[in-house]
Amino acid sequence: MQALIKVNQLTKEFVLGNILSREKILAVDQVSFEIKPAEIFTLAGESGCGKTTIARMLLGFEEPTAGEIIYSKESPKKEKRVWFTQGIQAVFQNPFETFNPLRKVDSYLFETLYNYKLAADREEAVEIINSKLESVGLSFDEVSGKYPSEFSGGQLQRISIARALLTDPALLLADEPVSMVDASIRMSIVNLFKRLKEELGMSILYITHDLATAYYLGGQIAIMFRGNIMESGPVEKVLMEPKHPYTKLLRESIPEADPAKKWTDRISISELEYEEYLRKGCKFAGRCPEVMEKCKNQAPDTLLIDDVSVKCHLYCNS
Amino acid sequence: MDSNSKYILRTKDLKAYYVLDDLGKKKTVKAVDNVNLNIRKNEIYGIAGESGCGKTSLMKTLYAFIKPPLRLMDGQVLYYRDGEEFDIYSLSKEERRKLRWEYIAYIPQGAMSIFNPVIKIEDTYRDFLNSHLSGKTKDEIFEIAREHIKQLGLPMKVLNSYPHQLSGGMRQRVAIALAALLKPAVIFADEPTTALDVVVQRGVVQLLKDIQKGLENTIILVTHDMGIHANITDRLVIMYAGKIIEEAETVEIFENPIHPYTKYLINSLPRFGDRGTRASAPGNPPSLANLPSGCAFHPRCPFKMDICEEKIPELSEQGNEHMVACWLTSEGVG
Repeated sequence: MQALIKVNQLTKEFVLGNILSREKILAVDQVSFEIKPAEIFTLAGESGCGKTTIARMLLGFEEPTAGEIIYSKESPKKEKRVWFTQGIQAVFQNPFETFNPLRKVDSYLFETLYNYKLAADREEAVEIINSKLESVGLSFDEVSGKYPSEFSGGQLQRISIARALLTDPALLLADEPVSMVDASIRMSIVNLFKRLKEELGMSILYITHDLATAYYLGGQIAIMFRGNIMESGPVEKVLMEPKHPYTKLLRESIPEADPAKKWTDRISISELEYEEYLRKGCKFAGRCPEVMEKCKNQAPDTLLIDDVSVKCHLYCNS
Repeated sequence: MDSNSKYILRTKDLKAYYVLDDLGKKKTVKAVDNVNLNIRKNEIYGIAGESGCGKTSLMKTLYAFIKPPLRLMDGQVLYYRDGEEFDIYSLSKEERRKLRWEYIAYIPQGAMSIFNPVIKIEDTYRDFLNSHLSGKTKDEIFEIAREHIKQLGLPMKVLNSYPHQLSGGMRQRVAIALAALLKPAVIFADEPTTALDVVVQRGVVQLLKDIQKGLENTIILVTHDMGIHANITDRLVIMYAGKIIEEAETVEIFENPIHPYTKYLINSLPRFGDRGTRASAPGNPPSLANLPSGCAFHPRCPFKMDICEEKIPELSEQGNEHMVACWLTSEGVG
């Protein structure tokens, strides 16, 4: 199937330090992936692995240092932002920060519609807003005229999703959408993503550190570490039979809600984050239990082994 | 009473409310409402619940660290020390100050930001030790700090670093290490793993377990993450809207949850290898300022009966030291 969005050798460089000592770090290092229509693509990794930087570049908040993003066969140019952002909408981590506390929540919904010229008058706008709110389990009457403080975090996050749906985007970019939401209603939001994909054929780029919900959603997954995609492929394969030592570590470190599965073996914790970024060879070499001599000097290639791409020297010979 | 010696901390009908003055109207928020806890020696005791259910207020009340608008309305917090029980609220300010860190320690939420950013970690250690162990020379203090860091398996270079040079996970672990420095019998930890990465979380859990094993003390762990509870706690209470609704051994709660809310909490967690549909509890958590009548969970409960709207269920034992507050299990009680 034709890809909806294609990311090709995307690179973002940041400069650290002051005027005397400058050090460049690659926050995103030649990352490539593609998302197909009606697919959930998960970008997973720890904080500081570059996943939010990718999201910011996809949304056009940040200019890539190198590489390209191709959406529907075209690359977004500055003058064509409207066309581009109509197709890609985003939901962010903290629903309490998404909305200005002094502004009524429904004003955001009207504003989005008017900005994209999707409604001619208020009556039409209310109709569209109501239908989108209903698809997230709310209604216009519940939302209209209220301030953000009158809603719970879960409700605000759902309103934020409804706002993103107003333009009928082909891709919904969700950056850690459930990490600030209460445990007892978290799954209702995750289930909502599942439904959007199944019923509306929407693609979802789900950015998270929570591998358990990623597994639940299914689709494709890419595991990132210090700017590199270490392993990517179908969720079922990557999470159930992890190949890369980093994926294995991540997978084992998720506290499972089962007292019979307590952690027994011990782990070593990272040194400083930027030291790992500056590492020459494989970025994970400092913590890898299976580290070899060449890992320290030479970055591994990405190889495709039965549907899964792995960036690790362990698999380079086979 | 010999049953006493089993417990290190008990509460009796503890009530702590936020009393707010809203334009001349008195408003009370029942953050801790009739809580009876029996916490044993040498165990990790978990408190689970969603944000806004009162778990941090409960923690502060237990630690006697309450400031207006939070007020102690009723009840006792009984600590057990050297063969006798005492109510922490009957102590003078000075006595309470002495108790802190030496007998009870508190790791607040976001502990990684407690450090003074302009002094090195070793100076934080010095400040800390100076105010609790008087009459030690500088070298002796650094020796204690080094020994302590080594024992807990943290890298020695942290002592010589400024807080901003350490990662969030390392700062969090140094904060936890500081709390354990004077070998307290009770350590309160409020969301120690929240906002940390999964791998770092595991490191923090490892450290807490090591401390508990080494000191054979009691750690009271508050978190909303049921995965962490499953991994580390021995006993677990579930809090909802300021009340304890279920208490049992952690294994028992995960295997046999009784309260409908607990069932939702546990069954809604996605698990690897099983992609069956997981449903959240319907509705939203209630605001503590405006609680539903009767059982606070009744508007969200699929098994709601008439009595649930009228009367508040009491905790009752369901065998196996499993306590539940739900009308479904306590017919005939009301």
